[in-house]
Amino acid sequence: MFRSQNQGNSQPRWLFSFVVVVIFFLSVLPLGRLAATGFSSLFSGGARALLSDPVVWQAVYDTLTTSILGMIAAVILGGGFALLLTLFDVRGKTALGFLFMLPTMIPPQVTALSWIGMTGPSSALLKAIGMAPPLGSPQPLYSIGGIALLYGVQNAPLVFLSLRAGLLALPRDGVEAARLSGASSWQVLKDIILPLSLPGFVAGAAIAFVSCVGNFGIPAILGIPASIYTLPTLIYSKFAAFGPNTFADVSLLSGLIAILSVIGLTVEERVLRGRDYRVIGLSGQVAMFRLGNWRLIGELVLWLAIFITLVMPLTALIASSLAPAYGVPLTPATATLDAYREVLFKQAITRTAFTNSVSLSLATALGLLVVTVLTGYYLVRSKSKVAPVLSALAEIPYALPGIVLAVALILVFAAPIPIIGVSIYGTIWIILVAYFSSFFAVSLKPVVSAFRQLDPSLEEAARLAGAGFGRRLTDIVVPLVAPAAGASVILVFLIACNELTVSAILWSAGTQTLGVAIYNLDDSGSFNLAAALSVLVVIMVIAMMLVLELMAKRLPKGVVPWRS
Amino acid sequence: MAKLILNRLSKAFETGGRAAVNDVSLEVRDGGFLALLGPSGCGKTTVLRMIAGFEQPTDGSILLGDRVLADAGEMVAPEHRNMAMVFQSYALWPHMSVADNVGYPLKVRGVTGERRNAKIREALAAVRLEAYADRRPADLSGGQRQRVALARCLVTEPDVVLLDEPLANLDRHLRQEMEETFREFHQRSGATMIYVTHDQAEAMALATDVAVMSEGRLLQVASPQEIYARPEGRLVGGLVGQGAIVAWPAASAQTRQLDWDVLQQLLSRSHGADYADILIRPQDVEIAGEGVPARVTSVLFEGERYALKLALGDEQALRAFSRQPVKVGDMVSIVIRSAWRL
Repeated sequence: MFRSQNQGNSQPRWLFSFVVVVIFFLSVLPLGRLAATGFSSLFSGGARALLSDPVVWQAVYDTLTTSILGMIAAVILGGGFALLLTLFDVRGKTALGFLFMLPTMIPPQVTALSWIGMTGPSSALLKAIGMAPPLGSPQPLYSIGGIALLYGVQNAPLVFLSLRAGLLALPRDGVEAARLSGASSWQVLKDIILPLSLPGFVAGAAIAFVSCVGNFGIPAILGIPASIYTLPTLIYSKFAAFGPNTFADVSLLSGLIAILSVIGLTVEERVLRGRDYRVIGLSGQVAMFRLGNWRLIGELVLWLAIFITLVMPLTALIASSLAPAYGVPLTPATATLDAYREVLFKQAITRTAFTNSVSLSLATALGLLVVTVLTGYYLVRSKSKVAPVLSALAEIPYALPGIVLAVALILVFAAPIPIIGVSIYGTIWIILVAYFSSFFAVSLKPVVSAFRQLDPSLEEAARLAGAGFGRRLTDIVVPLVAPAAGASVILVFLIACNELTVSAILWSAGTQTLGVAIYNLDDSGSFNLAAALSVLVVIMVIAMMLVLELMAKRLPKGVVPWRS
Repeated sequence: MAKLILNRLSKAFETGGRAAVNDVSLEVRDGGFLALLGPSGCGKTTVLRMIAGFEQPTDGSILLGDRVLADAGEMVAPEHRNMAMVFQSYALWPHMSVADNVGYPLKVRGVTGERRNAKIREALAAVRLEAYADRRPADLSGGQRQRVALARCLVTEPDVVLLDEPLANLDRHLRQEMEETFREFHQRSGATMIYVTHDQAEAMALATDVAVMSEGRLLQVASPQEIYARPEGRLVGGLVGQGAIVAWPAASAQTRQLDWDVLQQLLSRSHGADYADILIRPQDVEIAGEGVPARVTSVLFEGERYALKLALGDEQALRAFSRQPVKVGDMVSIVIRSAWRL
């Protein structure tokens, strides 16, 4: 007789097939295709030309140096911030934390533009205060060091979050026991807190490294003018100079990125797996040290860091957007809103980009929500051994740098889709598919945490009341996970709207996104227009982050990425 | 309506280990009130969840009258069983008002308008919560939430009502009040009720039948009086009431109910006799001038009397009551008026 183990479960039979199909198309198919192309070109000998090209090895070298230096900068900045903010009695923690987390949500190309606006001979800000270096002197950020520095600023929040999560879980009674044993504050920090928080440091550093390796916006704006290529920008330039070997070459290059990323992710996973010992003792109450007379100095250091990494670059960005033309000094008399008028009302390209980005992001956020509510429900409720595997497969596309996924999707969709015979390559649809695949994990995470918090008996009571699956979903389950679902929509919208890596590879005439528009404006020398568009993007980012911040109290833990 | 039959029911979870429920057969008559009693982890909640349809048996079957609800091959989904349940966590939907919570089973069944409202009012009146119809569950106390959950069971006239340790989260005063409510509810609705608990006093006070479970197996099913007077085996004897189990040379006794004469006789012929466990209730132990000697090991003043722990000559422990104060270490003579061979 046919035995069904699923009958006692609450899921209808089709749900499992649905989840498998979704994860197959969003994760397994593109990455499998990429791996297949990579391996076939590796074995057919086509790879030899590429791998003997010194440009490739120079790019690997530059990727590694910028990423490792960037990781170190991120660890110093993010780690210092996390230690000061979590362990010591500084004032204004919420504001400091929020401001420190901002750079991670600001698109990298905007970060790069704002720092360019802050340094170099043509900086509107420096000119306005009369501190600009003489014309003709080099832009200091167009260098390995400049790229690494900005990697550090951009990714410091990742280290901050990882370390802070570990520090918040430190048992207070462990610290108190050490104190009673006669240890001074410094000894407690050195002997108890730092060893216990080491996994957080290492895991944060590993994520920062992966994020640096896959970053496109910063090396595109800072590296390409100085002929410094990292692997992602090299892929971009290969596409720009399209040739017969392009597909084989880029699949190998993105394979290299994937390998570097997997190394980083493995380190992170290993380290966090061994972190179980932190649950011993009463956690929750954070151990806090008094800074005494040093408190004011500590606070000054923190605010100075915020000022240098956030306030100054953004001020420079605003200054650049108000300057009448590139290189013209900015004074109250010459300041103009022309650039905003231009990007908002006159330039057809920027308006198309707005429309494209907003509609793509909305479609991604809402479309994914439908998929993730069903998938999340399955992943949490299923007792099957397949569920954790599916869960891991769903995570991979977001964990890997966006450029890897973009290349994978090009490989899948370069030829017309079988059976229906339509090609979506070069249309806006391929970007939409890429967004679905890329941000699936972003959309899934809040929904899954909400499902995990949901008492299963709430749904069981509805079953006994006679409600079938669809009915329970609409009447009970969805209303109860609604806050998390709302957060998921905002998060996906925010990230998709600011995204550049995927669309830089996939766009064509008429399908440019905001990220592409900013990059192209800068590339064609319209720095003030790029700056104006960037300012608008930053305003949108801050507004959405504030909305999420206000929702945070009603959301399960871990949903808002910059809170822990 | 019809009786609920569990036929050689077993459940083994995929994680392995011993079966959570092992070969349990049980009949609950129509309108009966069965308490499933046992220590935590004995499988009673698994039995309840199989009756509800949240778990599928790995062997055996569940029938309601002639209708097979579940066996190892197929099962009727919970939504089609016409059952209702009071969960330990109450499982009220926080986003609905009290009236909407209670009326949800009606809404699902397509009952609308004035008929639905009337039924909701009736159900809320039965648990004395008419005034709270528009509140949210979060605004209610624990006992009130419990009563809302009960009202939700009332509205649809279910065939079987399941209660999963419903009093576990309430304080002692509220428990007594809710016990009264449950009894009233049972009389009024005439539904078959199955009540899971680890508290023997609760089971005895409420149920018409008590089923004792341990380690996945059913040990005994009987009325509360029967189970108290004639428990089967050490486990049931130890779980029900507060008797002491003592080894006595009673294996050769003709009857299981033993009075003092028999007990004395058995003791005098004890050389070479086989020992058996006997259950001695404290109210059957009398402190008298004659009898067997015992030493007082603890004294607890309970108000109306003293509760004693005694040690027999061979250090076996016994419980007894005394109206007179005694001291720890005193030697007393006791007569055992009645005992039950397990």
